[in-house]
Amino acid sequence: MASTVTPIVPGSADLSSRNNRLAVPFVGSSSADRASRSGIWVGIFAITMSFAAFTSALFVRQGTPDWAHLVMPSVLYLNTLFLLASSITLEISRRSLTAATIIESDHARRAKIWLLATFVLGTAFCVGQYMAWQQLRAAGFYLATNPNSSFFYVLTFIHVLHVLLGVAAIVYLLGRLMASHSTFRRSLFENTAVYWHFIGVLWVYLFLLCLVKL
Amino acid sequence: MHETSAQQVVHAPPQGFWRKYVFSLDHKVIGKQYYALALVAVFTGMFLSWLMRIHMVWPTAKIVGLELLSKNGAPGGVMTPEYYLSLLTMHGTLMVFFVLTNAPFAAFGNYFLPIQIGAEDMAFPRFNMMSFWTTFLAWVVLMLAFVIPDGPPIAGWTEYTPLSAVGRDAGPGMQWGASLWGISIAIFCIASLLGALNFIATTLDLRAKGMTLMRMPLCTWAWFITSCIALLAFAVLLPACILLILDRHAGTSFFIPGGLVASDRLQPHSGGSPLLWQHLFWFFGHPEVYIAILPSMGIVSHILINSMRKPLLSAKVVIYSMLSIGFLSYMVWGHHMFVSGMNPLSSLTFSFPTLTITIPATILTLIWLGSLYGARIQLTSASLFAIGFISMFVSGGISGFFLAQPSLDIYLHGTYFVVGHFHMVMGVASLFGVFAGTYFWFPKMTGRYMNETIGKVHFWFTFIGTYLIFMPMHYLGLIGNVRRYQSFVNDYMAPYLWLHKDMTIAALITGAAQFLFLFNLIYSRFWGAPAPENPWNGTSLEWSVSSPPPWNNFGDRHPIVYHDPYQYGVKGSKGDFVMQDSPEVLASGD
Repeated sequence: MASTVTPIVPGSADLSSRNNRLAVPFVGSSSADRASRSGIWVGIFAITMSFAAFTSALFVRQGTPDWAHLVMPSVLYLNTLFLLASSITLEISRRSLTAATIIESDHARRAKIWLLATFVLGTAFCVGQYMAWQQLRAAGFYLATNPNSSFFYVLTFIHVLHVLLGVAAIVYLLGRLMASHSTFRRSLFENTAVYWHFIGVLWVYLFLLCLVKL
Repeated sequence: MHETSAQQVVHAPPQGFWRKYVFSLDHKVIGKQYYALALVAVFTGMFLSWLMRIHMVWPTAKIVGLELLSKNGAPGGVMTPEYYLSLLTMHGTLMVFFVLTNAPFAAFGNYFLPIQIGAEDMAFPRFNMMSFWTTFLAWVVLMLAFVIPDGPPIAGWTEYTPLSAVGRDAGPGMQWGASLWGISIAIFCIASLLGALNFIATTLDLRAKGMTLMRMPLCTWAWFITSCIALLAFAVLLPACILLILDRHAGTSFFIPGGLVASDRLQPHSGGSPLLWQHLFWFFGHPEVYIAILPSMGIVSHILINSMRKPLLSAKVVIYSMLSIGFLSYMVWGHHMFVSGMNPLSSLTFSFPTLTITIPATILTLIWLGSLYGARIQLTSASLFAIGFISMFVSGGISGFFLAQPSLDIYLHGTYFVVGHFHMVMGVASLFGVFAGTYFWFPKMTGRYMNETIGKVHFWFTFIGTYLIFMPMHYLGLIGNVRRYQSFVNDYMAPYLWLHKDMTIAALITGAAQFLFLFNLIYSRFWGAPAPENPWNGTSLEWSVSSPPPWNNFGDRHPIVYHDPYQYGVKGSKGDFVMQDSPEVLASGD
């Protein structure tokens, strides 16, 4: 382990400080951090609006006589558990990081482990969704079989695409945390956490929508 | 939401040709790129409209060279009726998406919003670059529709289902042409969402010290409100396009009902709702037209104040009116669907906010007119187009009052009355805002003046020409001239064909005048008279930097703003104006 310590510096690309520094909890001190936090919420708003459009399409479409009933593949319950658990692990990781002052510290190591757990759970969710589609196909329900299956595939697929974006962000964060001589922008972690929790909440909504309506 | 100075460098100074001019992170370069794309699209769209108008009046005429554009669509140079619809579709799509969303909003907004709020760039420069090149990709995909043998789709820029969803049975161009349209517009949605996100985050968080929201220039407000509208609107069009593509290629039936027979073939779908497409599309489509007009309203306000050397009657009321228009724009989409077969009670529910939205629009017009009254305005090309905007907005907007009422719209829907209405407000008024902005900001963007004489000739030709083209359309609509028809062979239209001929001639002449503008643009860019930092004695922050501005807008300084941006005619000030970043004490308060 190198003797030089790498500080976790909120928001700036300052590489010059080689001393231990008290980490400042995220307060949005720089305008760029505030802008990225606004950006994430604006993005969340847009994604919500898109799924609102899909939802209204569902409500209009269900008024026709060929509306059937779709039994939810059982693996979906497990997937939901995975995704919600991943939000918990991400929160533990984030709070550990907030308490950490340097990357090699205990807190930071805990943060890395729990972040890895988040990655595993998030990937498990994606794999599980694929298995859900397999289960449906095995039961003879494809994209165009009936309107219910169409909506199921569309909603879950678009959701998974957004989950994958979140997974990519988590992989990037893991990479930054693992590298011993990197600087680490806390705001990226915070924003990824906001996005990831949103994706979890969105899934709960979509799952309930599919359970009740499809 | 408080303002602090930007504390860090948003991106490094550009090095090398590719970073400087192609994949630039600089919002100014990206703004110019959007403008260039809009320029190409507008001339393409104008050319298409010429072809349409010529065919309408001389349906059997041989248009030299047209067979090169499409062997199937114009064999021997004579346009087929279906190809007329293809050209109509591409004209609308290019103009609404690639001109009216790009030029007033993406181009000028990208260039000037950061400077006007005192920031050194947009909040997310990489997203910004991505959104331009994604828009460019969307344009390329759309233009591919011209190249494929079957040609572009014939369903109009609105691509109503079920005909847009069933494929080739709906007619030529409805196989790959319509798919290319769907993919192109879906890509465009993603690009616009990224752009809107950038505008919103930048406006909320990168304002300079002293720049409160109420101290932002009116055009900045217009861009900010437009980006909020765009965020929600394009977020709904994207799912609609996805569902349409699925219906076309994956055999789903979101939009296609059962028992549909097209080209004598029973379509293998059932249960879909054609009206669903209209709801989703117009939920986007109506805010889209406000996306087209709001930035021009802001630009025109900004220019008028500068030209009159006095502020508007109330900038606050202008801001609140624009906010109301933005808010109400989401409640009126059903007025495009009065005759679609939906519940008449729904029609009433949509008609009411449609009539309500005329109130803030009228307030804006009255403020402009009231501010102009008694003002000594300096007439430049920019201010002429700004005043012309008001004329066009009123002329085009008044027909909206009629269309807003279901009882009248039952008759007027699908006629030239509608075509005249939307061309006046979108095609002319919105474009006048773009012209005004170009003449006004060209010195800042290039360090050179545009030629004022050519500009004024351009203005008069365009002003008179567009009135000659589009006002008669209202009359034609009233007598029952149906729209989206490739020619008029019915007896009842015969006495009015002369009017169509006149409109075509006016269109050709007015279109030719636009080449004056293009020439002016290109010539002045290289050989125009040099312009100083503040050629119009403006007060907003863009006039406090060099022409053109340095890569990080303000160099090493962080501007501090002391008051609102429209301190003109201030007694006791040096000159008749006080710049926004001048701490000079004013006679009156903020």
